[in-house]
Amino acid sequence: MIKNKKNTILGFCALAALFLVLFVLEKLLPTGSMLFVVLKKGAIYALVAASMNLLNGFTGLFSLGQAGFMLIGAYCYAIFTIPVQHRDAVYQYFDGGLIQFTVPVVVALIMAGLAAAIFAALIGLPVLRLKSDYLAIATLGFAEIIRAIFQWDALGPLTNASNVLRRYPLFSSTLFPFIVAGICIAIIVLLINSSYGRAFKAIRDDEVAAEAMGINLFKHKQMAFVISSFFAGVGGALLAMYQTTIQANAFKSAMTYEILLIVVIGGIGSISGSCIASFLFIACSEWWLRFLDAETYIGAFKVPLLRSGFRKVVFSIVIMAVVLFYSKGLMGDKEISFQGISGFIKDPFGLVSRRKKKTEGVHIDG
Amino acid sequence: MKRVAALALALCLILVLFAGCSGGGSAKSANVIKIGVYEPASGDNGAGGKQETLGIQYANYIQPTVDIDGKTYDVKLVIVDNESSTDKAVAAASQLVSEKVSIVLGSYGSAVSIAGSDTFAQAGIPVVGITCTNPQVTEGNTHYFRICYLDPFQGTVLASYAFNDLGVKKAYCLAKLGDDYSVGLCNYFMEAFEDLGGTVVFETFPEGNTDFTSYVANAKNAGAEVFFAPVSTEAAALIIDQAHAQNLGIPLLAGDTWDSNVILDAAKGKNVSIAVTTFYQEGGNPEFDKGIKEWLNAKGNEQYLANNNGNDEIAAVTAMGYDAYFVALEAIKAAKSTDPGKIMEALWGVSYEGVTGLIEFNDIGDAKRDVAYVKSVNTETGKWDFVGLASIN
Amino acid sequence: MDFINQNLPYILAGISVGGQYALIAIGYTMVYGILRLINFAHGDLFMAAGLIMIYLTASLPLYIAIPLDLIIIAVLGFLIERVAYKPLRNAPRMSIMISAIGVSYLLQNVALYVTGGLAKTYPTIPWISNSVTIFGATTKVVTLVTPVLTLILVVALVLLINNTKIGMAMRAVSRDFETSQLMGIKINTVISVTFIIGSLLAAVGSMLYFTNYTAVTPISGSMPGLKCFVAAVFGGIGSIPGAVIGAFLIGICENIIKGLGWTTFSDAFTFALLIVILIAKPTGLFGEKSTDKV
Repeated sequence: MIKNKKNTILGFCALAALFLVLFVLEKLLPTGSMLFVVLKKGAIYALVAASMNLLNGFTGLFSLGQAGFMLIGAYCYAIFTIPVQHRDAVYQYFDGGLIQFTVPVVVALIMAGLAAAIFAALIGLPVLRLKSDYLAIATLGFAEIIRAIFQWDALGPLTNASNVLRRYPLFSSTLFPFIVAGICIAIIVLLINSSYGRAFKAIRDDEVAAEAMGINLFKHKQMAFVISSFFAGVGGALLAMYQTTIQANAFKSAMTYEILLIVVIGGIGSISGSCIASFLFIACSEWWLRFLDAETYIGAFKVPLLRSGFRKVVFSIVIMAVVLFYSKGLMGDKEISFQGISGFIKDPFGLVSRRKKKTEGVHIDG
Repeated sequence: MKRVAALALALCLILVLFAGCSGGGSAKSANVIKIGVYEPASGDNGAGGKQETLGIQYANYIQPTVDIDGKTYDVKLVIVDNESSTDKAVAAASQLVSEKVSIVLGSYGSAVSIAGSDTFAQAGIPVVGITCTNPQVTEGNTHYFRICYLDPFQGTVLASYAFNDLGVKKAYCLAKLGDDYSVGLCNYFMEAFEDLGGTVVFETFPEGNTDFTSYVANAKNAGAEVFFAPVSTEAAALIIDQAHAQNLGIPLLAGDTWDSNVILDAAKGKNVSIAVTTFYQEGGNPEFDKGIKEWLNAKGNEQYLANNNGNDEIAAVTAMGYDAYFVALEAIKAAKSTDPGKIMEALWGVSYEGVTGLIEFNDIGDAKRDVAYVKSVNTETGKWDFVGLASIN
Repeated sequence: MDFINQNLPYILAGISVGGQYALIAIGYTMVYGILRLINFAHGDLFMAAGLIMIYLTASLPLYIAIPLDLIIIAVLGFLIERVAYKPLRNAPRMSIMISAIGVSYLLQNVALYVTGGLAKTYPTIPWISNSVTIFGATTKVVTLVTPVLTLILVVALVLLINNTKIGMAMRAVSRDFETSQLMGIKINTVISVTFIIGSLLAAVGSMLYFTNYTAVTPISGSMPGLKCFVAAVFGGIGSIPGAVIGAFLIGICENIIKGLGWTTFSDAFTFALLIVILIAKPTGLFGEKSTDKV
């Protein structure tokens, strides 16, 4: 118990330090640095990956509908926050659109989550009765249907049909997505450590046994699905703020796959894994590997293979390697903890104690 | 074993990280000015984006230096791929900002231009749009300029060409869902065409669609007399193919995107008639035509030729890219500085006689252009025939 | 007559694309029947078949390029199974599906790199690319060839499965993976053969499909791939006739939807159909009833 308290305090200190570092970085580095792009998008993807992990990793529901819920969140946010004086320009083919009022950013963020959650509750009724792959393909299908509906001309006054939505309020500081995503992820972690979280894990491990123990299967699955969608919706709204414009077109199944890969690389069933993986993933794809796309000369020698698109090939080979050889991902189903970190510093990669009984290098969650 | 491998993988990643950092930092030298090229090299607009980039690269080959206040600077192009996608646009634009470019050229496709716009605005970097024709690109901002005409103009020209010159009363319009360029142009076309007294049928196809059989059949069944499809060249090639296979029998009409040798290839030997409006007609400036053809066919430039679809037919977007580069140089000279803010101010006053005509900006930042070239495909020779100039009366 | 004239193009297009979907859907249904895996990479293999064909015909005559394309795709299908799926045979189902997504991602990105992001034009295969007119509707010969060829291939495949030793082994494995292993069936051979047959059919399908719709891009395979999976689910996963009927149905409905002017929803419709069938009859039209083992 005391140890737990100590951990909580340490955790808060670490978070405070993180925000302080971010704050200082913002003051020191020029705003155009790619670091901030990675940090902003990384934080947003961390939230969405954590929400997907709640579903796939902790409840054992293989859902591929994340992009659809993000789309709902992003649109909901944009529709309710575009300033009225800009609506004529944005909804240029629809006479300024239907909605002629705005709500504050924070309210819109919550509304974005709620809209996604309500939709999830509706489609959850039929879909959650399906098993594993069927559930995956049905949710993927729903995401595609949502995308088509949002592009429908008849809904134009609301969604601007297939045209871009823009000029809604954005965030300028990197701290904003960190704070929002941080709060949301904290709520997810609290949920996982509650009795509901234990019920989710029971369902994941053995549905029949869970039901026999008196866990209402459908109720808990529905709950996980709705909560996960809520946070995906909030993540979608944040993504809209990051992208400055949104278009239903961009929320393809490829986006869901990206998030799924983040979850897998981080470790299915590890929230901290999802967060770390999301920053690594975004940094690799948007920043570190970009030099592979440029034709490079070392002296007069032209480096072979390097040209537009090579970055993605390398990136997907790395991903395949992770999937095949480290199918548990970076963290497996464990979480980062201070014992874990101190253990790692004393004995990195277990090189010292390889022959000995495996030490508790990382604290097992739960 | 696994742990050793993990360690090795981690080391590799760190090495890659260092390589990435050093790669970014090594190019610093005293007299270099960077021009960002923000164009799609993949995705739906990849073909057009590459041709536009070719014009810029050729211009850079012709004029690799610029004199700023008596000092000669090397011009370095920083090319990024925005993947024709609004969700990749911000990262691509940020990449240019972090490379500290002084001015940006691009993009082909209005939606990505709009998506990247705010990132450039925050960094205070001016952008010269080359062929993004949607009005929203320059509206309500001071940093985005463009050297082409706009969709309302182009749509009206096309509508009057269809109604008056082709003499048709019913048009079938096809746009790509979620594409601001084609949806926008269709809208302006429909407005103008209906004002003239015609009727229209409007349909959209989803991204990634390759089956245009039903759309061609729809046009036929609707009794349309002209098929207006201002879509990307990739979809265009498929539409032409289907129009031929189903013996559509009515003219195909499109905007500037179709002015590409992809269309010529697709239409050669087929039973179709195609007319487009565009910015430039090959032969308009023989010196430029000859120079760029030599450059494309030169040894060692196979990659450029491949980017131009394997032949040396010159697309209007290439000529526009060429002009955009020189407009940027004019602005840099006038600003007498590499500072983006000063270049932005200087851009308002630029007046440059390019291969595609005189380029000057009005108070929104759009080029003052009131003439479009209309040309049609000669399906026997696989070349463009010049039809005439069109403007709004 | 007017009615036929107006609507025949949709039906023809539907039957033709349905036949092409059927050839892909068989690959999905066979693999799912045996491995219980949605092979997300199958659609991309179909795209790869198209691209490889383009590069082969650039330097080789057609009568060499076509068989060579089939062989390369069969080998590729075999390799994908060996490298990406076999090591995960005892892993949770989710891991192997993620591996499939990874392969699909890899194939798309390699295609992007090789093509430089530009659409490539498919070579003209003589005769089947010609135009013909039937009842006043003009179309390509391939439209008429596709359903016939599809049916011949399906009949051949059904005969193979019902009458040969390897076919019997396939049926046994799809019925009970572990027991058939105990009975001495070489599971790895059976799985490899399944992948090779599936890949071959996808390669044939790609030749027909891209002759009709001549542009190949890195993402050409993903939407047809998803639709074909839906077709396989619709017909009852594991059932070859089911997959074929499902594919034809989806192909025809899709074109009718476009003909009715609901073009925005032509892709979404397929998924709506999927959800309806999953909820009403999760085993599909011809699927076998499965019982949950406790």
